[in-house]
Formats: sequence, C-alpha cells, structure tokens
Amino acid sequence: MKKVLISLALASLLAACGSQEVKKDVPVADRTTGTQQPAPTGTTSTTTPTQQPGIAGNPLKDPANILSKRSVYFDFDSNAVKDEFRPVVQAHSKYMVDKKDSNIRIEGNCDERGSREYNLALGQRRAEAVKKTMTVLGVAESRIETVSFGEEKPANAGHDEAAWAQNRRADIKYAGE
Amino acid sequence: MKRILLALLLLACALAARAQLTIDITTSGGRQIPVAILPFAGEASQPQAVSTVVSADLGRTGLFRLVNTVGVSPLPTEPSEVNFVDWQSRSAEALVIGKIEPQADGRVEVRFRLFDVAKQAQLASFSYVVAPAQLRATAHRIADVIYEKLTGEKGVFSTKITYVVKKGTRFELQVSDADGANAQTVLASNEPIISPAWSPDASRIAYVSFDQKKPVVVVQNLAQGTTRVVANFRGNNSAPAWSPDGSTLAVTLTRDDIAQLYLIGANGGEPRRLTTTPAIDTEPSFSPDGKSIAFTSDRGGSPQVYRMSVEGGPAQRLTFEGTYNVRPRYSPDGKTIAFVQRDAGRYRIAVLELSTGQVTVLTDGTLDDSPSFAPNGKIILYETSVGGRGQLAAVSSDGRVRQRLVSSAGDVRDPAWGPLPTQ
Repeated sequence: MKKVLISLALASLLAACGSQEVKKDVPVADRTTGTQQPAPTGTTSTTTPTQQPGIAGNPLKDPANILSKRSVYFDFDSNAVKDEFRPVVQAHSKYMVDKKDSNIRIEGNCDERGSREYNLALGQRRAEAVKKTMTVLGVAESRIETVSFGEEKPANAGHDEAAWAQNRRADIKYAGE
Repeated sequence: MKRILLALLLLACALAARAQLTIDITTSGGRQIPVAILPFAGEASQPQAVSTVVSADLGRTGLFRLVNTVGVSPLPTEPSEVNFVDWQSRSAEALVIGKIEPQADGRVEVRFRLFDVAKQAQLASFSYVVAPAQLRATAHRIADVIYEKLTGEKGVFSTKITYVVKKGTRFELQVSDADGANAQTVLASNEPIISPAWSPDASRIAYVSFDQKKPVVVVQNLAQGTTRVVANFRGNNSAPAWSPDGSTLAVTLTRDDIAQLYLIGANGGEPRRLTTTPAIDTEPSFSPDGKSIAFTSDRGGSPQVYRMSVEGGPAQRLTFEGTYNVRPRYSPDGKTIAFVQRDAGRYRIAVLELSTGQVTVLTDGTLDDSPSFAPNGKIILYETSVGGRGQLAAVSSDGRVRQRLVSSAGDVRDPAWGPLPTQ
C-alpha cells in the first residue's frame, strides 16, 4: 500500500502538467495555469487519471493526489508519527524538495482531555515530530514553521474516542493557502 | 436553600441579559453559622434589594444557614428595637439589620448593623452613601464585613472573575462579579482565547490570543480597553503568569523549539530563559512571595508539578502520585498548590500541602481543568464539563462545599479569580 501511494504521488508529480480528475462537489480554487479545470467527469477511478494535455491542476488540492492529504493522526499521549502516515509526510517532503519556493506551517492539535496549556505544548511536540521527519527527508528546517492549537481547534466537536482520535493530529498548511 | 435559589432566580430575571451565570450549591457539609438577615427598611423602593444580595452571598459559601425572617414587623432599624430573645428562640447566632434612606442629592444612605445574638452585642456597624446604581456593590461590601466578622477570613464578594465563553465559533473573554452578575465582554474573537490571568492590581488581564493564527500573549488594560502584544516570538507564546509585584510575566515560549519557561516584562521586551530542558516546561505560577515558580514539566517521563527559584537553577519535583499532574496554582498564602490530576482517565482538581506533601482530590468530574484560588484562599474556581459543555464550578479548599455556576450561554471555560479590590 505504501509503495502504491508513493508511486501514485510520484506519478502525480511527474505528470504535473497532466490533468487531474476532479471529483464532483470538490471546490477547486487553483488557477495557476489560467486554464479552467475540466468539468467533472463523474466518479472515474482515481488510480487511472485520464491524460488531458495542457490542463494542469494543483496537486496539493487534488483529492486524487496524496498531497491533498494534510493530516497526520496520533495515538493518545503520543507524538510518534505512525507508519500509516509516513507516506503522507514523505509525499509532502518530496514535493517541497522539488518545489523550492514552497513553505509550510505544521499545526499540532490535541484532544480535549487534560489541561489546555499542557495540551498546547503537546500539540507543538506533535508538529515538531512531523517537522523532524520532513527535515530528515531533505526539507530545510527554515521552510517549516510549527505552531500548536492545543485542544482549541478540534476537527470533530464530539466527546468520545472516535472524535478524540480525529483531534489528535498535525495539519500541514502551505504558505499562501 | 429554596429561598436562596428563588432569590437568585429573581435576581437573574431582574438582571436579564446581563447575568450570564447563576450559582447553585451542589453539596455542603460541616457546621453552618445560623444568621438572620432582615430585609433592610426602605429597600423595597430601591432598584436593588440589598439584603437579598447579602443573603445570596453568604448563603452560597455553604458556611451559613439563613434563618427564616418572614413575618418580622415592624423591621428593627436600631439596636433598641431588636428583640434578641425572639432571635435566640429562632436559633440565630448572628443578626443583620439595616435601612436605606434617600438623600437630597439623589444618592442613598445604607446603614447596617451586625449583632451577636447570644451576647446581645453589636459586632459591626457601617454606613455608606452611594448612588442607587451602586447598591449591589454596597451589598457585596456588607457581605464582606459580615463574612470577615463571623469567620475571621476576608470575604471575596466584591471581587471579580474572568472566563472565556465559546458561542459557536465565537470566543468572548468576559469579566463578571464573583457571583456571576454584571458579566461584560471585554474581548471577542473568532479565534480561541485561553489562559486569562489578572494582574495583581486587577487593572489588566493577560491572555493568549490566536488572532494571529498562532498563540500570542496579550495584556489588555480593562479600563482603557487597550491591548499590548507582550510575547509574539517564533512558535507558541502562552501560559502568562504575573509576578506578585505586577512587573513581570512568566510565559511559555517555543522559540527554541520545545516549550520552555521565560520571564518577560509585563510590557514586553526581551525574554529571559528560565528553564533549559529537552522536555516540556509550562504552566508557571508565581509563589506569593515572588521567589519561586511552580510549573508543569514532563522531564521525568510524565507531566508532573515542579518548583524552582525565579532566579533559575535546579527544579524540585513536587508531585509523585500518578502519571499526570499538571497546571499548578499557588494558594494566596503559598502553603498549598492546586493542580489537575488524572486518575483512571478522569481529570480532577487536587491540592498539595507543601509542608507535608499530602495530596487531596477535591472534585469528582471527568474533565476538570483550570483551578484558580479565590484571593482569600478559601474557594477554588475551576472548569468542569457537563454533558460535553464547559461550565464553571467552585469547591471550598477543604472540599466540603461545592458550587456550580450555571451559564445560560455556550461553553464556559478557563476561569481566573481576580484579586481583592484595593481599599
């Protein structure tokens, strides 16, 4: 699975000038090529992008591209980047190595349990853990800012383990987004 | 009890939208001093019934039993008019009488007297001339006098509290009287606001704003409404704690990657690093003498409460039970520290007696957080969770009396109890 995702990511990067499949109801804000996105073509499998030369999408926004995945989720009381999220971190690292003018901010988050300020520090540690992985993969440290929102910006407002699991995360945001 | 709640309810209605919080005593224990608080003569024609506020103040401490005063007529306003034998038969140990008289200039004179019923002796007598709009504040001052005379401790009825209310995606920093009345929004934002902390002179509140899409420490002057960014360095800036002299803030910064403690001037400037560890150091609290700082650190593998000199140097670990003891706050006398303890997945407020190391868990919630001592050290205000919603609650520092501050609006969190008013 990991390999598939990586090769998919690489394929997307290599096919940077190729078109992307655009899923229905996914807003596409990128207009870098000055060309309109093709009209949605239904629910074509995302693993077989059709080639439409001359029409470029933004891989960071393309739901078919692993680069559109921005969140790394953590276990309770942990800041270890789990194996299942390494492909996401690797894909963004590769993208940044290739795209030298890109900068990111990594935002660490926690679930609501425990004190607000200690959670703020824990969220920072999660953001730092992702940053460390990316610098090992060749991204200059100066291009990554880390901040924490602690427990203040839950992705899921619920109060059970399912919600908490979605809130223990680090989000990757590109400058200008 | 029913009377107090009814009085509070009426009060809440009278104050309409301004009253954000009402107070409900959830448990009480131990001996209560029976006190009779008579209606003040002439208060019925005033915008605020003083005796109602005094009764509510004393009643919700859990330390007093309010003796029934129904049917007393005429109301005594002078010592010579008091029938002490009657009050003894009603088992009152203390009696409060008063009157309110309009003055020619539109103000009113409020007189009150406190008696020891058994000794038939006057314990206190005061008179205030105030604007009718100040009657509520005057009632809190009267309650402070009564509380101090009967318990030997300072009353905190004239103090203020601050807390954050989350309404949907909007965050409001509010300041209210200690009884929840007169709530005012001093800051509103669509980004989170956390960790409000009163300056020792009550003129300013430091807090953490996320308006810049990251945590930044801001100090707001309450009277002027002006704000000053005190710490906005690379990474996170948070956890402001005032030094007792108001000159310095201890803050947590991640400018050197991991959360560490720094000291910075209350107006900003260059921070001085206080801790140098590869671990999280945060949640500082100054000791009342200004010499020590208690804080949370996970340098030992789990987050625990430590203490160090404000001059730097080694830290001493203070908590040892369990794997999660955080958010320390010194009591006003410096003898105990309140903190949050996790036990079997539940987060509760506990106190540590520094001289003995004895830890006592005071609350029974599941997600209790943010303990804050009243300036007399007798009550701890904290955040609890009721049905997934943040609410404020208070517990006496001996654990006997619990109160819940019931809010009509949104999620209420992160309370901080203000200092005693300067005389």
